[in-house]
Amino acid sequence: MWMGLSYICWGISAVLAVWMLYDWFKVDTTYSEDMLTSSREGELEAVSEKHRI
Amino acid sequence: MTAAVDTAQTTTIHGDRVSLLRVLGPAHVWALGVGIVLVGEFTGWNFSADKGGALAALIVCWIVGLLYTSVAMIDSEVTSTVAAAGGQYAQAKHIVGPLMAFNVALFLVFAYTMLEVSDAILLGDTIVAKAGVEGLTHNSFIAATIVVLAWLNYRGVLMTLNVNFVITAIAYVSIVILFFSVSPWTQGAVLKLNELVTPGNALPYGWIGVIAAFQFGIWYYLGIEGTTQAAEEVRSPARSLPYGTMAGMITLLIAAAMTWYVCASMMPWEYLGITYYPLWDAGKLSGSPLLENLLFIATLLSALASANGCINDAARAWFSLGRDRYLPSWFSAVHPKYRTPYRSILFLLPIALAFAFIADLNQAITFSILSGVLQYTFMSINIMMFRKKWPLGTIRRGYTHPFHPLPAIVLFCLCMVTFFAIFLGFGSQLIAMTVFYFLISLWFHFYRYKFVRRGDQFSMPWPKPQGY
Repeated sequence: MWMGLSYICWGISAVLAVWMLYDWFKVDTTYSEDMLTSSREGELEAVSEKHRI
Repeated sequence: MTAAVDTAQTTTIHGDRVSLLRVLGPAHVWALGVGIVLVGEFTGWNFSADKGGALAALIVCWIVGLLYTSVAMIDSEVTSTVAAAGGQYAQAKHIVGPLMAFNVALFLVFAYTMLEVSDAILLGDTIVAKAGVEGLTHNSFIAATIVVLAWLNYRGVLMTLNVNFVITAIAYVSIVILFFSVSPWTQGAVLKLNELVTPGNALPYGWIGVIAAFQFGIWYYLGIEGTTQAAEEVRSPARSLPYGTMAGMITLLIAAAMTWYVCASMMPWEYLGITYYPLWDAGKLSGSPLLENLLFIATLLSALASANGCINDAARAWFSLGRDRYLPSWFSAVHPKYRTPYRSILFLLPIALAFAFIADLNQAITFSILSGVLQYTFMSINIMMFRKKWPLGTIRRGYTHPFHPLPAIVLFCLCMVTFFAIFLGFGSQLIAMTVFYFLISLWFHFYRYKFVRRGDQFSMPWPKPQGY
């Protein structure tokens, strides 16, 4: 049973790793680099809070 | 919950821009912090008994608890003001400067990645120990742990931390069940503290043993500061982060005390100090197969929860470095559908796997502890500078910690004691890591910093600091 579980673990790892690589490739080829890296630190803070005491 | 997701999705996309998703609440913050730490009750803390005896393990439980209470209070104040992914990195950037921030981010990535590696090795070894099958190795279980959790993190932070909440709660409840199952109010039936910890063997190496025990006493609470990495993904950072972090710290103090009491009352310090599974062993010694199996499953779940939180935190620290161009901005990509730092998660995945396959558990743990203590030392200096540059009343704080500067002084002093303890046990690793951080700082100062957009990195709309 334990050896079987070990093989199942290898299988799940391989399937999920391939899925992530596929999704990564799909996202990178679908969206522009500017859009993907457009996140800015403190965006919500700057928009919603004026820091007036 | 669906409404919260919808609201967050409509507020975080600005035209063609995509950012992390604000969907988390205080319970997720608790799950992140306690999830990372709780594995330390299942293994790690007990090695302090090997350094100084069972009483030393209890003394460091409380003194290191003081260290981490200071960490939690200081962190809560600064993070409730600097609510950005990267946590202590973003704090260092705004309060101390870019070079400190770069180093702090590396402390974070090392501490969490090495802890994730340790968790995966622990999980694999625990399954192999339970199976007792000739030829079965831990590699497949390590691979599955790291890859499945990376996939979970890749798919979204809400599900990741919902899972963490459930498995952390089960692991925690198992400690409570064990505690009440062994009749803690009665000595002599199951627990034999008065026989196992006597004036003759309580501190076998004297007070120097207590100092040496600090190295592994850190494991009672290592990683609670990881709650701050969720700052950019919680709905109300000023409320959720202090609440989740302080609740987590209280939870852990209770768990640490119960764990020590049960284990020290069931195992002699010579065995307690070398076993990899103190709570699982306590379950076996109780004579109940139900408790034994419960503690076995809880050990696995605690390792999973810790590795899960570590992947979350290491990826956010790496992502933040990329976003400020301290590293190539390629790492700052956010998945347009899942809203996670997917490239950072994928980049750190093979690194964790490589270390898990080649590294020894003790080495991985030591690197994690060292990076953590370096970070805590920074935090004591950081809060002093924060209060000096922006005194109370000049900027809005979600939480103001009491008794300043006492917690900062206590934190700094206890960090120095811990460094000395690590030097006693792993002096060469301490020196090697210090040299590494020095060299990488030179690389950042003389080469990498010219790529940073200096005006863009300071994002908090704060008034000019006092004295500038």
